[in-house]
Amino acid sequence: MSPNVLMIGWELPPFYSGGLGIACLGLIQALNKKGAKITFVLPRKMDVKVDGINLIFADVNEKSSMVTSYTSSSEWLKLFSIDPFPPDFIQGAIEYAKKMYKIAKKQNADIIHAHDWMTYPAAIVAKEVLGKPLVVHVHSTEYDRTGGHNPNPQVYAIEKEGLNCADVVIPVGGYMKDILINNYSVPEEKIKVVYNGVDDDFKKDLPPALTSFKELGYKIVLYLGRITLQKGPEYFVWAAKRVSEYDSRVIFVVTGSGDMQDYMISEAARLGILDKFLFTGFLRGDDRDRIFQAADLYVMPSVSEPFGLVALEAIIRGTPVLVSKQSGVAEILKNALKVDFWDTEEMANKILAVLRYHALPSDLIKEGSKEIGQFSWSNSADKVMGIYNLLI
Amino acid sequence: MPSICPYFQVHQPLRIKRYRVFDVGHDHSYFDDESDSNLNNRKVLAKVAEKSYLPANELILKLLRKYPQFRVSYSFSGVILEQLEKYLPKVLSSFKKLVNTGRVEILSETYYHSLAFFYSLGEFESQVSQHREKVEKIFGVKPKVFRNTELAYSNELAKWADRKGYKAILAEGWDSFLGWRSPNFLYRPKGTNKIKLMLKNYKLSDDIAFRFSEQTWSQWPLTADKFASWVSNINGNGQVVNLFMDYETFGEHQWADKGIFEFLENLPKELIKHPDNDFVTPSEAVKRYQVMDEVDVPFIVTWADSERDLSAWVGNAIQTSAIDFIYKMENGIKNTSNKRLLNDWRRLQTSDHFYYMCTKWYSDGDVHKYFNPYESPYDAFISYMNAASDLKLRMEKSGKKSTSYA
Repeated sequence: MSPNVLMIGWELPPFYSGGLGIACLGLIQALNKKGAKITFVLPRKMDVKVDGINLIFADVNEKSSMVTSYTSSSEWLKLFSIDPFPPDFIQGAIEYAKKMYKIAKKQNADIIHAHDWMTYPAAIVAKEVLGKPLVVHVHSTEYDRTGGHNPNPQVYAIEKEGLNCADVVIPVGGYMKDILINNYSVPEEKIKVVYNGVDDDFKKDLPPALTSFKELGYKIVLYLGRITLQKGPEYFVWAAKRVSEYDSRVIFVVTGSGDMQDYMISEAARLGILDKFLFTGFLRGDDRDRIFQAADLYVMPSVSEPFGLVALEAIIRGTPVLVSKQSGVAEILKNALKVDFWDTEEMANKILAVLRYHALPSDLIKEGSKEIGQFSWSNSADKVMGIYNLLI
Repeated sequence: MPSICPYFQVHQPLRIKRYRVFDVGHDHSYFDDESDSNLNNRKVLAKVAEKSYLPANELILKLLRKYPQFRVSYSFSGVILEQLEKYLPKVLSSFKKLVNTGRVEILSETYYHSLAFFYSLGEFESQVSQHREKVEKIFGVKPKVFRNTELAYSNELAKWADRKGYKAILAEGWDSFLGWRSPNFLYRPKGTNKIKLMLKNYKLSDDIAFRFSEQTWSQWPLTADKFASWVSNINGNGQVVNLFMDYETFGEHQWADKGIFEFLENLPKELIKHPDNDFVTPSEAVKRYQVMDEVDVPFIVTWADSERDLSAWVGNAIQTSAIDFIYKMENGIKNTSNKRLLNDWRRLQTSDHFYYMCTKWYSDGDVHKYFNPYESPYDAFISYMNAASDLKLRMEKSGKKSTSYA
């Protein structure tokens, strides 16, 4: 059984700023190895190639499929101050759907598989044209991107329509599944959770980073991800304050960018700990891996995190993790420290424990590395293939 | 002919509350959780007493009155005796009633339910003495048989117990040292003169303790007459069947609504239907039966997990670093001559603290998770190390002053 899959995406590495592209790439490569024939559609021409995957570019107007991933409407508004908001993404999604009509007509697919709301209008068109079952993969929703504050009604409506039209909905964790049931009224029997996987193809012997700090005996606590409401950056700063009161030799490294970076900086300054912070900006590739390898602990204080792939990437790179309980990854990862994102006292307590008691990071990594074997894209692809087989 | 020797372990640890690094230097009460969680020792004790100790004691007393042949034995940690005295004296009196029948033996162990034998002989002996005093004070008896925490056993421990004049010592009847030999006889530990070794029949014991409610087990449901027939089948092939288990098996690990109390109630009747069967306490077994062979255990054997070693307590880096941390403080603590410090230090030696830090999730994980009141082994470790760090700080402060107020 080797299904023909028409997969509709929005981004692929290295052109990404979020986890959507990474997740899509990991999944299609693994599905390809399992024998699925995948045609992957992107909204516009990008300089990417994936072995074994037939890539199609829909030629959506550059302006309406902007440079970055979609995060949330309010964030977009803050970044670009454009009015009315958010024309670009919604127009892009609609235009994508229009282009899909022609593309789909030429396809001979058994199944359609779409990733997040920007692709839903296109997916609905493809389903109408081909008359084949639709799988909708939910990496994030407007609800969790905004933390429930002012979700954009148009985006919400598009999400709702896409979820309605889907034959099977795949959330990336039980946390996301609950949001789909409670906030989108998706019937439970239509939902099949598939956790993300993680790849271990990175260079192990990169030159060390932040050596001058390490030589002076400083410990490195890392925040890595978009600096947006959803990721809880302010909780990281508040915990950092508490940690600094007990341990002066800690540097808090912030890797990423986003609309809350200025707030993060001013909050650290207000608390008198800005000198403990290092903002690296957005990093990718080897630079990103070197930061992981330098860190004594990776903290993911997300307010609402559908999955949280970065936590797995950290462990596979030998960095112990402290993740918020409001994340998909906290449900499945046993060898991690966990904390409610709002409980900054406990966050600080756990950060300090990792820095003080050396056996703790050592066992977290030892046991975490054993455990991480289960979170492979190959396992995720097996589950997705099972879903395809049910539908075809 | 087999004599059945049931021994039940009665122990509840003093669990450490969620103790944060910010509490170090300020809060010296490590065990006084008042929350609704399972870290609240008083709450857990009350629950276990209600579900297990009280109904089980009532039933055992009834069986002792009904069947003159019936015998049971108990081993209490000092830590639970203290808690019962303080919070639930009625449970303690119900145990006393059993002992007063003269057909219930009490065993010797460490007061703090610790693994001290493997870390400090002097400390171990102090804890055994403290336990003997407590048992004599409460029950008016002097234990003659020794069982170590978690049934942890080795040649060295047997030699120690022999020197101290114990008549018998208990251990797991594990295949690695028994080989083809049966656990249903008494043995002589290598290097000892008089002491006899009594080995747990783990198959029959675990049929009750672990498998009783397990519906996927081919022998489920386990009835008293079925179990009695297995015991009677040993006839001619063994002398003593040692059924060793946690007392909480009755009503707490195996629930009342699954029929564990009915099973217990019918067991003596079914067992003595066979005229060759009877019951013994360990001291009676030692008087009645001779040793069959010498047994050599040059390593440590326990009653836990598929490995039957100490790896459930000291199998990973967090566990060994925590236990090393606490035993390294021995001289410092003892030099302070401060009773409160000494008591807190000893309470931190209870084996359960280290068990909660066990990361063997995947094979034995279910059992470990069931018994773990912390969210994860790492959470257990963090509270433990923070509390132990506070104790160390108190020790250092106390050492600086000539008088101690810590």
